[in-house]
Amino acid sequence: MKQQLESIRQKAKEELQSVSALAEIDAIRIKYLGKKGELTAILKQMGKLSAEERPIIGQLANEVRADIENEISKETQIIKEKVLEQKLKDEKIDVTLPAKRNAMGHKHPLSIVLDEVKDIFFGMGFNVASGPEVEWDYYNFEALNIPKNHPARDTQDTFYITENMLLRTQTSPCQIRVMEKQQPPIRVIAPGRVYRSDAVDATHSPIFHQIEGLVVDKGITMADLKGCLESFAKALYGEDTKIRLRPHHFPFTEPSCEIDVSCFNCGGEGCPMCKGEGWIEILGGGMVHPKVLRGCGVDPDEYSGFAFGIGLERLVMFRFNIDDMRHLYENDVRFLSQF
Amino acid sequence: MNLSKKWLGDYVELNCTDKEYADALTLSGSKVEGFEKEGAELSNILTGKIESLERHPDSDHMWICMVNVGASENIQIVTGAQNLQVGDVVPVAMDNSVVHGGQKIKKGKLRGVESCGMLCSLGELGLTLHDFPYAIEDGIFVLGDDCDKTLGIDIREAIGLNDTVTEFEITSNRPDCLSIIGLARESAATFKKPLIIKEPVVKEGEGDVNELLSVEILNGERCYRYCGAVVKNVRVKASPRWMRERLRACGVRPINNIVDITNYVMLEYGQPMHAFDLRFLEENKVIVRTAKPGEKITTLDGIERELTEEMLVIADANKPVAVAGVMGGEYSGIMDDTNTIVFESACFNGATTRLTAKALGMRTEASGRYEKELDPSNCMPALKRALELVQLLDAGDVVNGIIDCDCSKKFDHVLPFKPQWTNDFIGIDVSAEEQKEILERLDIKVEGEKLIIPSFRADLEDVADIAEEVARFYGFHNIPNRQLSGIANAALTKEQKLEKLVSTVMLACGFDEIATFSFISPKHYDKIRLPENSEKRNSVVITNPLGEDTSVMRTTVIPSMLEVLSRNYNNRNAAASLFEISNEYIWKGPETLPDENVKVTLGMYGDGCDFFTLKGAVEELLYKTGVEDYEFEALTDDPTFHPGRTATLSVGGEVIGIIGEIHPVVLSNYEIETKAYIAQVDFASLLKFGSDERVYKQLPKFPASTRDLAFVCDEDIPVKKIEKAISGAVGKILEEVALFDVYVGSQIPQGMKSVAFNIRMRAADRTLTDEEADAAMKRSIKALEAMGISLRS
Repeated sequence: MKQQLESIRQKAKEELQSVSALAEIDAIRIKYLGKKGELTAILKQMGKLSAEERPIIGQLANEVRADIENEISKETQIIKEKVLEQKLKDEKIDVTLPAKRNAMGHKHPLSIVLDEVKDIFFGMGFNVASGPEVEWDYYNFEALNIPKNHPARDTQDTFYITENMLLRTQTSPCQIRVMEKQQPPIRVIAPGRVYRSDAVDATHSPIFHQIEGLVVDKGITMADLKGCLESFAKALYGEDTKIRLRPHHFPFTEPSCEIDVSCFNCGGEGCPMCKGEGWIEILGGGMVHPKVLRGCGVDPDEYSGFAFGIGLERLVMFRFNIDDMRHLYENDVRFLSQF
Repeated sequence: MNLSKKWLGDYVELNCTDKEYADALTLSGSKVEGFEKEGAELSNILTGKIESLERHPDSDHMWICMVNVGASENIQIVTGAQNLQVGDVVPVAMDNSVVHGGQKIKKGKLRGVESCGMLCSLGELGLTLHDFPYAIEDGIFVLGDDCDKTLGIDIREAIGLNDTVTEFEITSNRPDCLSIIGLARESAATFKKPLIIKEPVVKEGEGDVNELLSVEILNGERCYRYCGAVVKNVRVKASPRWMRERLRACGVRPINNIVDITNYVMLEYGQPMHAFDLRFLEENKVIVRTAKPGEKITTLDGIERELTEEMLVIADANKPVAVAGVMGGEYSGIMDDTNTIVFESACFNGATTRLTAKALGMRTEASGRYEKELDPSNCMPALKRALELVQLLDAGDVVNGIIDCDCSKKFDHVLPFKPQWTNDFIGIDVSAEEQKEILERLDIKVEGEKLIIPSFRADLEDVADIAEEVARFYGFHNIPNRQLSGIANAALTKEQKLEKLVSTVMLACGFDEIATFSFISPKHYDKIRLPENSEKRNSVVITNPLGEDTSVMRTTVIPSMLEVLSRNYNNRNAAASLFEISNEYIWKGPETLPDENVKVTLGMYGDGCDFFTLKGAVEELLYKTGVEDYEFEALTDDPTFHPGRTATLSVGGEVIGIIGEIHPVVLSNYEIETKAYIAQVDFASLLKFGSDERVYKQLPKFPASTRDLAFVCDEDIPVKKIEKAISGAVGKILEEVALFDVYVGSQIPQGMKSVAFNIRMRAADRTLTDEEADAAMKRSIKALEAMGISLRS
């Protein structure tokens, strides 16, 4: 009987070695361990054994059963793994096939940079204001210390609607509108469309965007203007950016300046982008003219302020290396989708 | 303004490189656009003397010259020029030299004879006959006695083509800097060097100017001052080399001594000058007056111009002889037989000059200066300088005396000297003494606590202007950088938040953002088939547009969107989904500014997009902006859109938008040969009806019951109507009615459709029983039957 048991163990193990599917394993289990299986058949004969032999054979039989079960479970695992492996193999795909994109739309480059500029000034505590694009002559010129017949307001540059109504040529009228509504302290930027009678070419457009800035408070100095705009330049172009103020003339600021940033392409060494100068002009500004403050009911002996204006298109063109301004208004999706 | 370095040297001595000069002046406020050394492109061109001339043996027009270039041996050069004689000193482009235009000259053979270089014409040096009137155009430039004829020296030194020209961009508030003296003053102040000003000296002449000329100003508001002098026995000839050189460097073409003197003084003093031929001044009178109605003048450029009463003219006893400050009349010029001239040095009102020049369409150098308001006290020194130059150049005999009609107000501008205020305003700490020095270098007199402003600095009107003068010579770059302090409370307004949200939603829906011009051609109103009487044809009209296609402010963004769709379509882009948040401009009459209404405009074309794709995007926008209870209703009569595929969007009966397929005729007007869809939602309405409030609803604790129902109804009944009836009938337990099928075909009668809904019901506090759900279905069926809609069997 002992031999029989060993032989069952032997045979079962051998058979298990050569299985290749789960069904075969199942057949083996039934063949040996099932109700009518070989091992069961032997155990049924246990009654015939002597009292001494019975526990020994019983133990052996249990060992054999456990051994076979163990072997079955091992083989089952192996087969399962093999099956899974095969399945995964069959499911292989070419990962370089094109994606099924659920693409987002593309923000216009003007908006991308404008949002960035807004965020920077927002972080410095500037609110965002706006004003009408069709504006009174008074706000666009007169209140900004540009009286009638001043060369700066030649009709060559200004689109007129009536004698007193025009398309604003700058966002600076927003300065006046803000100061009329609000007493200092004031800290705002006012982005928007402006209009000048320039024919369309690679660097000109009759419509473009400016971002006006205005700060009015007690004790505001040109040092604040410099500090503020340097922070802006560093935030926009990186920590190493420097700014340079050049004296200039705007009727509504005094002193006035143009502000250059060290070329973000070459870092100031001189390259084609900055035309070898190492500096790129990005904005104009200055201390708000006392006449302008007075005209808005702000006492220049008590308050002072600075203002600046940034040309958005210029920032955008430099940022993305766009060589022709017309792209910005033609809106070809092949252009838009690059941003 | 172009500045000659040589000329500047008369007024201030500087020891710096051209680059240092340019940088320093830029930083002190006179912006340098660039600088250029004259003749920089020329190299290795020397003076040489023709020692011998021989005919070329194999040519009937070439000469073989032996040229002495100051070296131990003469060099041989073959030339085709016919104007040479032995002894002439000429420019010699040596072997390996470069002439004007970048052409390189090398040793070579001409018809077998060796030529070691080239003899140059004026053109090959980049010059013209205006620079050397005695030269001939198509021959070698033979140096005259006004040149240095030392042999073997650089030709640029020999003929004075060695100036440095600095180009300045002068701002409109500083007409004084449109002159050599003005720029010299700025340069001297920048480099802290003395400014050397010499008073012009006119030597005693003959006669009395009052016997030859009378001057009268009839309109002192417009002509502040008129100074006149007379020169007899004018000897018209070329001016000397130094004068020609300086004019050339400043970009002015030398003509003859008299014209050159007027230009020279204008450049040097910033004061426009004019010279009249006295012969053509009837009764020897100069009368400055406004033009008479219908009066005409033929200007120097030969064009007859009609004058108006707003224009100021220089007239003689009978007729205008010049448009004041703009241009002279045809007879006012200097001619070969001119004998006696009048020099005018006058000061006209800026606005008058500007308007006149603009009305006549001729902006001249003089008018460009006058319109910036010149200093009347500059008239006299400038005129004296002209007379001094006449005597220096022996260009005529100056008649004694100057007529001076002065209507100008005395310039006596005084400002307080407030050094501490300046420091506080700029944010610097510059001592009173240092500030005084800076101001004095600009010829501002500091007398105790007063600043006496010089007449040429009328732009200095306020203490802030003085602060600027101090700051720019202290150096803007030396001002410290300070971070803004104080309280700041930046916050986005509701509008700004909404705008951000709208943009985010549209981008997330896959729409690209566009930016279009706010002005359009009125023809677009026809292209989108606006009715003739449509209010939308009443645009804000630009009186001076660039062209018809940008002449009115749009009353609707739809044409702009269609144009962009068309451009993309015609650029063969397969599909486009676009949006713009932009303005429409509604005319409110001349007394009120137009309304600028913000619209969110969506447009699309391409495979797979239809009305419902666009509707999906609009609904997403409404959902995210929190607009509830909106309705889409069929709109059949908007001529821009397809009559059967268009809807209005409304909330509580208020129309807030439109959506639809573009009418095929409109599509063809825009050359779009595929279907295109546009939707537009009013931004203010989103703000009005939207809400950013969200209240959390508990997740359901009990299961839902669902039923499917299909109905057959008339094809024209909108699905929305059936949905509404079902939700009304089901009542509170309704969670969602979802359409899952619309069928039209052989299974159902003609003119009818089958619509199938999935109806989900749920109660918050219990599991619904089948009875409850079935009862709700019965109610729905009954409600629909009442509308003539039957359950599909």
